[in-house]
Amino acid sequence: MYFDKFNALKNEKLQIMDNTGKILKPELMPKISDEDILTAYKLMCLSRRQDDFQNKVQRQGRMLSFLSSTGQEAAEVAYAMQIIKGKDWFSPAYRNNAAWLTAGIPMRNIMLYWCGNEMGAKTPEGINVLPVNIPIATQYSHATGLAFAEKYNKTGGVVLTTTGDGGSSEGEFYEAMNFAKLHEVPAIFIVENNQFAISTPRKKATKAINFAVKGIAVGMRNILVDGNDFFAVYGAVQEAIALARKGEGPSLIECETYRIGPHSSADDPKVYRDEDNHQEQIKNDPLIRLKAYLIAKKKWSEQEQTKLDAEQDQFIKDEFAWVEANNNVDLKDIFAYTYEEMPNFLAKQYEEAKAFFEAYPSKGGHH
Amino acid sequence: MAVLNNIQALTHALDLAMEKHQNVIVYGEDAGYEGGVFRATVGLQQKYGEERCFDAPIAEATLVGTAVGMAINGLKPVVEIQFEGFSYPIIQQLFTHVARMRNRSRGRFTCPMVIRMPMGGGIRALEHHSEAMEAMFAHNPGLKVVIPSTPFDTKGLLLAAVESPDPVLFLEPTKIYRAFKQDIPDEYYTLPIGEGYKVQEGTDVTIVTYGAQVGDCEKAIEHLKGEGKNISVDLIDLRTIQPWDREMVIESVKKTGRLIVVHEAVRSFSVAAEVIATVNEKSFEYLKAPCARVTGYDIIVPFDRGEHFHQPSVQKIVVKIKEVLDYQF
Ligand SMILES: Cc1ncc(C[n+]2csc(CCOP(=O)(O)OP(=O)(O)O)c2C)c(N)n1
Repeated sequence: MYFDKFNALKNEKLQIMDNTGKILKPELMPKISDEDILTAYKLMCLSRRQDDFQNKVQRQGRMLSFLSSTGQEAAEVAYAMQIIKGKDWFSPAYRNNAAWLTAGIPMRNIMLYWCGNEMGAKTPEGINVLPVNIPIATQYSHATGLAFAEKYNKTGGVVLTTTGDGGSSEGEFYEAMNFAKLHEVPAIFIVENNQFAISTPRKKATKAINFAVKGIAVGMRNILVDGNDFFAVYGAVQEAIALARKGEGPSLIECETYRIGPHSSADDPKVYRDEDNHQEQIKNDPLIRLKAYLIAKKKWSEQEQTKLDAEQDQFIKDEFAWVEANNNVDLKDIFAYTYEEMPNFLAKQYEEAKAFFEAYPSKGGHH
Repeated sequence: MAVLNNIQALTHALDLAMEKHQNVIVYGEDAGYEGGVFRATVGLQQKYGEERCFDAPIAEATLVGTAVGMAINGLKPVVEIQFEGFSYPIIQQLFTHVARMRNRSRGRFTCPMVIRMPMGGGIRALEHHSEAMEAMFAHNPGLKVVIPSTPFDTKGLLLAAVESPDPVLFLEPTKIYRAFKQDIPDEYYTLPIGEGYKVQEGTDVTIVTYGAQVGDCEKAIEHLKGEGKNISVDLIDLRTIQPWDREMVIESVKKTGRLIVVHEAVRSFSVAAEVIATVNEKSFEYLKAPCARVTGYDIIVPFDRGEHFHQPSVQKIVVKIKEVLDYQF
């Protein structure tokens, strides 16, 4: 219904709701319950508030650099809420906070990870989400492989994966999609086009009219959607998943969105971003849009918002308190996972290290 | 003379290189407009234009693959890879073409280029931002590998790398990018690739190291002095890993009879392994103690919270020096 109607080569973009929350194309509204819309909105708020909180503690030196989803929550929540826990897979990038929360990763795990502790990267049982993927676009190949296995094993799951606009320049972006299309595997490839790769603007990443057309060369169904429009992303992903489950192969979805914050805490976007454009872009903030929609439908109110904000702030504070109380790494832990069975030589290195740190205890921390 | 830190020395050297050699092209992810993630190339685009200094798409394999073509066709690419941990996509081009083109074409085509990348840990970074993989690069014939430890060396070695007729991997320890400043001459100068530097002369033990660990070793020696131990150390900063200064090391070991190699890279199949093997071959009969090494363990580099266990600390070096000096056959 969506893929057929919007031609990325002509830069046609799927948009259902405008930036005041008004539904422009009711006939295109995806099938989703009011309850699910509200759940999605709350998750978007939670991720935004977590980003804000983490920015604050990061400046206090209590957290390492992290990559915030601020501005991209509509896209991330809309695709991640359609992942069936324990059946489908998500092969993420490193900027996916809202998607992780939605897919069921505990907030404390995410925080622990950005506090420099590997234990945060351990996905709880029952959820098929791969760990944070720092090397760009390599997660696309993993998605293809996961989906190949789903098809081979006839287990019926689908696989979602995402990368940034910059990531679409890596060879593996194409290589993985080509492989996926050849085998018609049940994978959904998402580009979260937030307009920047660190300081490099989207126009320096490609001369292509958009990122959706990058699917054409490999023969893949593709669509460009307004990534700040929750319903547009939800609809496109819903259709892509349905097609994948029916055995009709992979899809590429570009979500055109905007990175409201810096790339990471080490970065100052004022140096390279155009201030006027920035002011224009933030008018499309996906949270404002969905909130306006919900309020107009009398499904939400400012009073409920105030209450939710307070609840979420408390939750975030509690999670971080847990993290700070549990952020220890044992010497054994840094050795334990290199091999399934610790080889003899490494066991000896561990013994040597243990003896050393018993004789000269290390407070940890920094040099 | 100007007082510069390592990053400033880099920028200064790149500026001089671009001024002197019209064929030098500087590029990498974010390296143009904003001057790279560590600002090593800051100002160069503004000064030399977008054709000579530019932002490249995120595609490391192609960054180095294009450098092969440019270099064969008369340019001198200086490519920035954002972190050594992101050099893995370039391995294909590096090992199959960059390192071999001269040999493959029997000298008809060559790939002189400089590939710069931040390396090493101790900076509270995320996964893949703290690797020290110099041995992997050095293991592959045809490449030169340089790791400077001071602003003076950074400038002289970078300019030497630009002039090198062979490809050079220029690995920059991030931990010391801004750690200290040094007076360095304003003019263009080069330092020879392949020569070590004697940081201090001594007679009891030879310590061979490079990069960020040079400072750690100096602190360890200071610490021992503070304990009242009168230990005289011959401290060698290798400065270049391939080729490395075998003569300086062997001569030193013949004098001291004891050797410790210090680096943060993992232990097995490492630079330390190579240095110790060479010393055994060339000066075994002078040794008064087994050669020793202080290195990272053979594990995946831990995240920030566990990294202090892995890094060679001043304390680890102090203990190792005592052990080697106390050794009795
Ligand atoms: C292979 C690789 N090269 C370089 C980097 C360094 N790096 C981290 S983020 C980034 C920019 C990515 O931009 P984009 O793909 O648009 O994603 P965004 O961060 O905007 O979500 C780069 C180059 C990396 N992580 N992996």
